[in-house]
Amino acid sequence: MNIKMRNGKSWGMARFLEYYRDLTLVLLQKEFTVRYKNTALGYVWSVLNPLLYAIIYLFVFKVIFKIQIQNYLLFLVSGVFFWQAFSNSVCASSSAFIGNSSLIKKVQFSRECLVLSGVLNDLTHFILSIPIIVIIMVFYGMAPTLDWLWAVPFLLTVQLLLTFGIALMVATGNLFLRDLERLITFLVMLWFYLTPIIYKEDMVPAALQWTKFVNPVAGIAINWRHLFMGEPLAPLLLGSAGVWSAAIFALGYWIYKKSNWKFAEYV
Amino acid sequence: MSDTIAIRFNQVTKYYRRNTSLSFGLKHLMLNLPKHMEHMAQTKRFCALKDVSFEVRRGESIGLIGRNGSGKSTTLGLIANVLRPNEGSVKTFGRISSLLELGAGFHPELSGAENIFLNGILLGMTRRQVKERFREIVEFSELENFLEQPIRTYSSGMIARLGFSVAVHLDPEILLLDEVLTVGDMAFAEKCFKRIKSFREKGVTIMFVSHSPEMVTSFCDRAIWLNGGTVARIGDAKTVCDEYQKTMVG
Repeated sequence: MNIKMRNGKSWGMARFLEYYRDLTLVLLQKEFTVRYKNTALGYVWSVLNPLLYAIIYLFVFKVIFKIQIQNYLLFLVSGVFFWQAFSNSVCASSSAFIGNSSLIKKVQFSRECLVLSGVLNDLTHFILSIPIIVIIMVFYGMAPTLDWLWAVPFLLTVQLLLTFGIALMVATGNLFLRDLERLITFLVMLWFYLTPIIYKEDMVPAALQWTKFVNPVAGIAINWRHLFMGEPLAPLLLGSAGVWSAAIFALGYWIYKKSNWKFAEYV
Repeated sequence: MSDTIAIRFNQVTKYYRRNTSLSFGLKHLMLNLPKHMEHMAQTKRFCALKDVSFEVRRGESIGLIGRNGSGKSTTLGLIANVLRPNEGSVKTFGRISSLLELGAGFHPELSGAENIFLNGILLGMTRRQVKERFREIVEFSELENFLEQPIRTYSSGMIARLGFSVAVHLDPEILLLDEVLTVGDMAFAEKCFKRIKSFREKGVTIMFVSHSPEMVTSFCDRAIWLNGGTVARIGDAKTVCDEYQKTMVG
């Protein structure tokens, strides 16, 4: 099978896949190397950062507000690490295309890799922090279960699709409306409070229970937490998360593909 | 017939939207909504290329001259397929490589070696291909002793060397050069020039954009003179450049 590339260059499928992999990996490697370059703590930051947030929430909601949730630090850690990966990717994506204007203006390449590499970078950091979460679990007297074998890959895939879809929309949208860059940090914060991460989904009033099915990220957040707290997974929410992620990925990719050819004019 | 043609522009017209209302930002849009609606309705457009037709034969070196804003970059963008024409058609036959601006496709924090891979892959090589050519690239750049340094420590001349060294180790059928030979020191510029000449001997089609008619005359077979988005002259490089220079002086 041949893929007719831009510039009328005809590449075999194998060459195309090899190239696509290399492009994604080299960009990922760049992101990975650059992130903590010249910091004394380096990779430790990707654990420390969400941990510090968790401690702030612990102080505000446990010490001050006296929230009634057992093992609240573990509870927070189970959600905050995931959220950091998600929100970092979404916020950083606003500059994925704009920050590479000189490339976009001159060469035609699979530009979605610019976004994908950022998303994969955060996902990798999240995966690398799972052992830390496990250590905290063990500290609370819990251990990973057999469910992890399928649930971890499933949740990671769903998370990747959702994050990539949203990041593509933000990266593309920001080319045409630069305000998005400012707006998105606010929207992500709002989204954080609308998602059961610092509170339990049961605490949401009965009349608003449906929101967890409408919030594309709620199913992922809730199930990560259940997994990390040794609680049974919520299958209905796993389903809704899967459907949402697939739909948002498809929409994001479609928007990107539709407007891709205009990038050089707007960047 | 397409066997002998590398690039074909057929009555190509390209507009840019002038000051797209969205690029003003939301605030401006909200405050001036009625005006914007009206504005968008009549869509003020700026015509960058108007009814441009030409053909470039395979293996030909063709110069593109003209003043700022005459449509040279738009032409290159259309050939590189990063822009689409509003009317007419652009056809290219063969693998295209563009030389990038200074430092584009590099990351300042990565080492010279890492940047060779990054840049090479961004320009269309697989990792394997970069690896195969790595030693040649390094030798060409004469930067052996700086490969492990992050390129933020490089001078702009060194970055230009590295960028050029990667680019000339691509394997293009059509090469787009945009005013690039002016960077780096004389000796290196000479080396690059030689390398490009060897591309030419290998039958690579070269489109060379320049402000300098001298460069175009010495290097190209034919030239296209763009003026205000239309082809003012096309033909033998020397003839076209001479005429272009006359209007510049007069």
